[in-house]
Amino acid sequence: MSAGQTQQPVRCLVAKVGLDGHDRGAHVIARAFRDAGFEVVYSGLHRSPDEVVQAAVQEDVDVLGISILSGAHNTLVPKILDGLDEYDALADTLVLVGGIVPDKDQDDLRERGVSAIFGPGASMEDTIEFVRENAPER
Amino acid sequence: MSDLLERLLDGDHRALARTITNIENRAPGYRDLVSGLYEHAGTAEVIGITGSPGAGKSTLVDKMAETYRERGETVGIIAIDPSSPFTGGAVLGDRIRMASNIGDMDVFFRSMSARGSLGGVSIATADAVKALDAFGKDRIIVETVGAGQNEIDIVKTADTVCVLVQPGSGDDVQMLKAGILEIADVFVVNKADLDGADRTVQELREMLDLRGNAGSGRNDQHARHGHHTGPEATENGADGSAGRADGAALTQAEAEAEPGEDGSDPEWTPPIIEAVATHGEGVDAFLDAINDHHAHLDATGEAKAKARERYAEEVRTLLREDTADLLAEEIDARGGIDDLVDGVVAGETDPYGIADDVLDPVATCLRERREDG
Repeated sequence: MSAGQTQQPVRCLVAKVGLDGHDRGAHVIARAFRDAGFEVVYSGLHRSPDEVVQAAVQEDVDVLGISILSGAHNTLVPKILDGLDEYDALADTLVLVGGIVPDKDQDDLRERGVSAIFGPGASMEDTIEFVRENAPER
Repeated sequence: MSDLLERLLDGDHRALARTITNIENRAPGYRDLVSGLYEHAGTAEVIGITGSPGAGKSTLVDKMAETYRERGETVGIIAIDPSSPFTGGAVLGDRIRMASNIGDMDVFFRSMSARGSLGGVSIATADAVKALDAFGKDRIIVETVGAGQNEIDIVKTADTVCVLVQPGSGDDVQMLKAGILEIADVFVVNKADLDGADRTVQELREMLDLRGNAGSGRNDQHARHGHHTGPEATENGADGSAGRADGAALTQAEAEAEPGEDGSDPEWTPPIIEAVATHGEGVDAFLDAINDHHAHLDATGEAKAKARERYAEEVRTLLREDTADLLAEEIDARGGIDDLVDGVVAGETDPYGIADDVLDPVATCLRERREDG
């Protein structure tokens, strides 16, 4: 089979979790990822951690981007990470967090398995580049 | 790979997800994997849902899944969205509407993008359906926006094809005529609480009548006959059993000469269901209609004929794809498509000449082999 026929776009899930109704950022990211040639599944608003895990496992995504602006990241993100671990999906999923995460919380999230955190002012190019370089090989 | 298959058959959700990924990516070894699925598949009922954007497909599918789950059945859903022809990227948004089955892993929802290769999507869809089937899902729903031939090929992988129409889309209904209308087994007029729903139902009904008259007039007469003469049909049935006492062979011959006269209806007339998917109205009637159609397929033997047709189409599509790959390899070996195009630009040859050139050795080789036995 020729290389041209074997297509493997990066698959991403862009997820909004918890009581956070601001999804402009998630929309912009979803669109930028699409234009970068990624396949983007968008979860919609107000998802529970369980739902995000269910979506990430069923869609078998390479990248999970969690958008969270409500300040509840210390509660919600670990729940998602634990859920992924339950399905043996944590090791080969690149987990990103986007939104407002204070510096003092960042190390803890990284230790738990978040690969990168993109705050206000992060450039779209950098984010896409990071995904391209770090998306797990399947 | 076989380890993956084992885990899938064992009920591992992640293995199922990974299998579908391999199918989509045409990852090395995916063919053996799909081959392995075949002997375990064949029990699920496959329902195809299509319709114009915004008709309410995803919402209806969500409610269908909810109802099936209440009845204790497991559900697999494949939602196909278009991808950008330029970047290959896609935003797959059908999941947003899946609100009724939160955290229920027995509803397996998978978004797929229509990665643009000839026939590739329909093959990938059919294979993904096989994976869900082998996994043990009772009902499998394939959802896609109805826009063209690709979509028609996709929903053809289903036993029952449902077309969603929304009110106030009179002109849309006109457009649907070419293609989508012919393949529908069940129509749903969604958003039936809106003004104009009655008119849309009326227009569909008229179009179905027209189709019957223009297409297969004789069969249509039979269909009407069967519908409107219930008591008479029962009488025929009684005659039939009397005939069987005289000689089964004769009855059999009669049945073959006059299909439908024994009261069974050989021609399926697509019902038109009115629904308000956001409130779950009409969902039960819709699911009943799907069951009726399935029973019809079984009773008339059409189910088997359809399966045969599907296998034939799968073989053809696979061969088309494989030969295209083989020829792409050959083109590369000849210096790439650009070199060949240069010849056309320079006026030395033309696309037909090139195609003949590339194909000729393949054709010769095949014919020689056939003659050698």
